[in-house]
Amino acid sequence: MTAHDEHSISTRTYFLVFTALLVLTGVTVVAAFFNFGHLNDIIALVIAGTKATLVILFFMHVWHASGLTRVFVLSGFAWLALLMAFTFADLFTRWQVEAAG
Amino acid sequence: MTTIPIDEPRIEQHSNYLTNGYSVKSWLLTTDHKRIALLYLITITLFFFLGGAFAVLIRLDLMTPAGDLMRDETYNKMFTMHGIIMVFFFLIPAVPAVLGNFLIPLMIGARDLAFPRINLLSWYVFVIGGLFTLASVASGGVDTGWTFYTPYSSTYANTHVVLAALGVFITGFSSILTGLNFIVTVHTMRAPGMTWFRLPLFVWANYATSLIMILGTPVLAVTIVLVAIERIFGVGIFDPKLGGDPLLFQHLFWFYSHPAVYIMILPSMGVISELVTCFSRKRIFGYGFVAVSSLLIAVYGFLVWGHHMFVSGQSVYAGMIFSFLSFFVAIPSAIKVFNWTATLYKGSISYQTPMLYVFGFIGLFAIGGLTGLFLATLAVDVHVHDTYFIVAHFHYIMVGGVVMGYLGGIHFWWPKITGRMYPEGWAKLAALIIFVGFNLTFFPQFLLGYLGMPRRYHVYPEEFQILNVMSSAGASILGVGYLLPLVYLFWSLRWGPAAGPNPWAAAGLEWQTSSPPPTENFEKIPIVTQEAYAYSEGSGFPVSPEADYKEGGSPVVHS
Ligand SMILES: [Cu+2]
Repeated sequence: MTAHDEHSISTRTYFLVFTALLVLTGVTVVAAFFNFGHLNDIIALVIAGTKATLVILFFMHVWHASGLTRVFVLSGFAWLALLMAFTFADLFTRWQVEAAG
Repeated sequence: MTTIPIDEPRIEQHSNYLTNGYSVKSWLLTTDHKRIALLYLITITLFFFLGGAFAVLIRLDLMTPAGDLMRDETYNKMFTMHGIIMVFFFLIPAVPAVLGNFLIPLMIGARDLAFPRINLLSWYVFVIGGLFTLASVASGGVDTGWTFYTPYSSTYANTHVVLAALGVFITGFSSILTGLNFIVTVHTMRAPGMTWFRLPLFVWANYATSLIMILGTPVLAVTIVLVAIERIFGVGIFDPKLGGDPLLFQHLFWFYSHPAVYIMILPSMGVISELVTCFSRKRIFGYGFVAVSSLLIAVYGFLVWGHHMFVSGQSVYAGMIFSFLSFFVAIPSAIKVFNWTATLYKGSISYQTPMLYVFGFIGLFAIGGLTGLFLATLAVDVHVHDTYFIVAHFHYIMVGGVVMGYLGGIHFWWPKITGRMYPEGWAKLAALIIFVGFNLTFFPQFLLGYLGMPRRYHVYPEEFQILNVMSSAGASILGVGYLLPLVYLFWSLRWGPAAGPNPWAAAGLEWQTSSPPPTENFEKIPIVTQEAYAYSEGSGFPVSPEADYKEGGSPVVHS
């Protein structure tokens, strides 16, 4: 655990991240008052993704984690991508069923 | 590994994990992985026989074409509860939670798993999930099928869907915790000298299984929550009337549930790898291939789920891709089967009970696996989809695979777990009965399905009766085969001959400690210098425990 202690994240960093999360929450609220058309979803997801990344990197200590831990974290996201890729591969090609029927 | 004295059985010379406290509290609050394994053993045995009871009622009802034993709704509930209990409360936890828990620390030379208290927590979570499911059974049952397909489950079913789904949801966390524990343990707790490629194949298999558990189970959990949200709050997720997509449920469900098949059989394959070497007195053929094929199965298993959806309205394009990919998953499985048979080649084979289960496994798995290729073929699947062909196929793979591996493993490690030998003659008889009963139960179902009998129907045309009666007759034989081990294993706890530390003259680390092992597993942490398959070829099977028993080698008497 000594390696862990060396890299322990300072209180200052925690507060900075916390502030950033609050700011991003504010941005989400503000953005809700404007209509960006198709970009609405994308903007919301980018903000949410940024917040999640901050939490994972700093609150969950992945920033200082070993390579192995990072591989496991990344594989979680790779699997999520896999789930979505194949599901959308079905959804976006359903017109072929209609054509066949 | 030369001779290990087995003729001086000694039990209880040292205190062991079983004698370390007799109070209920010493069991219910234990953090010893071996005791937790026994808690799991008892729990899943109860669930197995409960799930079996539903199967008995199903097979009784199917004896006649009229479906006159129970009402249609009741029949729907029977196969649903049979499926839910067997899949989530027996097949998935059986080998990893019982044998994996008991053996992984012993096999890698550790004193326990990495997180002993999380291990105990996983059992409690499992029991709580089980209680929820039992509550749904007691309050009238569920009728959605174990697959909880929407929109029926989320909108129309009038049964206790949320209660049962909650049970499955909770149990999933037990699986995640176990997987996490195994992965961290294998990474951090290996004894000095226990390199990755000296790990027993059982450990490799459970490691691969754990990866599936932590990558797949959360998706199932989320899916179940979505069903509950739609059902309780009417939010449109799966119901097309509310703007949802029912196929989304199937994608999410099978993303977990196809890999879940590998959660079931990978650990069993690990058991088979251990047994086949010991009873051939030979190093496993192609160790690296068998080890890596487990990982390949784990990863590859996530790429094929759409083969469950060929006729569900999935796009033709997606169906083609999933069909194509499904064929590839046969490769790592075939690697294993070929390596096992190559291990047998020129081995000095002995036919003890665990080895009978090895042969049973290979036979049933070959049939189950090859019929899987039929089903992966788009055109054939259209014909046999949702028929008894599927039912037969997945029973061969999942039940054949798990039961053969699990029972083979239980017999093989019973002397380690309890310090006693089981009665070899009875055990061989039971293995034979199970094999015959299994095939008589499920082979006719391939024929029924091919002829067109749909699954989940209890009224059927009269020409199907003969095959159905055969299947029911097989089930009664199978039932006897399952009850026998329950009886003689209990018997052996008191009257079985003492086993000694290594009755099979096996090479793995777990056999180098006493039987039953001390609470801390090893008096001194071993230093590993060779892999677990250091059998000198052609050395023959040293001493048959059966012979030992027949000589009246009356076991050491203990308290
Ligand atoms: Cu599948």
